Amino acid sequence: MTATEESATSLEQTVAGATSSRFSQVFGTLTATMLAVFLLFALVFSPPDVSQRDAVRLFYIHVPSAIVALYLAFGITFVASIMYLRKGTDFWDLLAGSSAEIGVLFCAFMLGTGMLWGKPTWGVYWQWDPRLTSTAISFVLFAGYLAIRRLDLDPTVRSRRAAVLGIIGFLNVIVVRQSVQWWRGLHQGQTLDLVDSQLSGMHYFSFFLGLVSMTMVFGWLLLHRFRVAWLETQADAATLQTALAERQAEAADYTARPPDTGGPTTTETEGI
Amino acid sequence: MLNDALLLAAKDLRVERRSRVLTGQVLPFGLIVLILFGFGISPDRRVVEAPDRTVLEQVAPGLFWLAVLLSALLALGRSFAIEAVDGNLDALKLTGLDPAGVFLGKALAIWLELLAIELLLGVGSLALYGATITHPLLLLVTVLAATTSIAAAGTLYAALASGLRVRDTLVPLLVLPVLAPVLLGATLATEAALFGPAGDGWPWAGLISTFAVLYLGAGMVSFGVLLEET
Repeated sequence: MTATEESATSLEQTVAGATSSRFSQVFGTLTATMLAVFLLFALVFSPPDVSQRDAVRLFYIHVPSAIVALYLAFGITFVASIMYLRKGTDFWDLLAGSSAEIGVLFCAFMLGTGMLWGKPTWGVYWQWDPRLTSTAISFVLFAGYLAIRRLDLDPTVRSRRAAVLGIIGFLNVIVVRQSVQWWRGLHQGQTLDLVDSQLSGMHYFSFFLGLVSMTMVFGWLLLHRFRVAWLETQADAATLQTALAERQAEAADYTARPPDTGGPTTTETEGI
Repeated sequence: MLNDALLLAAKDLRVERRSRVLTGQVLPFGLIVLILFGFGISPDRRVVEAPDRTVLEQVAPGLFWLAVLLSALLALGRSFAIEAVDGNLDALKLTGLDPAGVFLGKALAIWLELLAIELLLGVGSLALYGATITHPLLLLVTVLAATTSIAAAGTLYAALASGLRVRDTLVPLLVLPVLAPVLLGATLATEAALFGPAGDGWPWAGLISTFAVLYLGAGMVSFGVLLEET
């Protein structure tokens, strides 16, 4: 068995197990249980709010997804991008990319639930609330980051550019948030604070469960997204090696023929 | 480093002077944008709180900066398109110029081009939208800081998207959300410079000045990583 076949087989074995492992199975079950408990508290146990009534239930999932996207996901991208520029290993690059991808997903989720919440609370879908506005801009910013990652470039060049963007992008998110907050603060005083209603202990407990379960969902998704990305790079490398081996076999075949057939000499093909 | 920057800026401006893309295409583009804004916002409508002012005059600062931003995208695309052809980027690396100098040079050329664009669009805005300047110093500081911000951040992000076939569509996607705070700050500071009080505008001028300094620093540090890559 040649080295190429070996690496191809090991890849197949990895793929056969898909992206799950004992740990991720246990963790996934825990996450699903946690989600079920959370939904039970969010939809059944916690009472409707005095002023917002049932709309308050969106708060349990809207605010946690914002926290997970903007701080956890993009924060991981920021740190992993710095580490990639320092170490240059695939691990940090793939971690940064996977985390940003799920962060953008949570961002979109935050915007969607925010607008659904805005309708019963404010009467309109969009109120130019500082948090919604700055999240919308951050969402586009990191969509640009994902666009850079999908470019048809040399992988190292792409990763390095993405890392630079991941670092500056995260810092820029902070600038955007501050300036938008300032802007709305000057124009209309303090905007309606959604967390400002009279929330009881049960509301806060449901919110806390939401934060924990959304963080777990994020962790579980990140684990699998990272493994898929890792397998993709392995598959790319294996395909390249197979193709190289085939070409080398062809060349060997060609040069093995007697010289009178006009084949190139060995020295000419050695460089392949 | 500064010599390298001046050398590169002079090169870029020489290319612009000879090709006349800036005067022939970017400036007319900015003007047509200004005129089309007038179509979008009916010129006869008046502000409810200040009936002596038209809506167009009231929103002139925002329209001016939007037109500048859109023209800047063209200038930025152009600045890196001239490096993408004929292996110019490789030649640039072979010159051994300091990467920070290359960044400053590209940004400086863009900065000067933007000032020319802003001068024309500013006069155009005053004429078309009928606004008057009451606090020239605030306006001057705002223009200089915002131009530096657009030039620095724009150069950095255009470099990230350089040498790609999809560059033309990618640069706006990358640059516009990044420059959102600059557009916000420059618009509010210009509003204060036109309608007063000036005290409302100075914090925003400060914000964009900080933004400009941060991006100048970020560009000088990271351009080495971006240039040495291929």
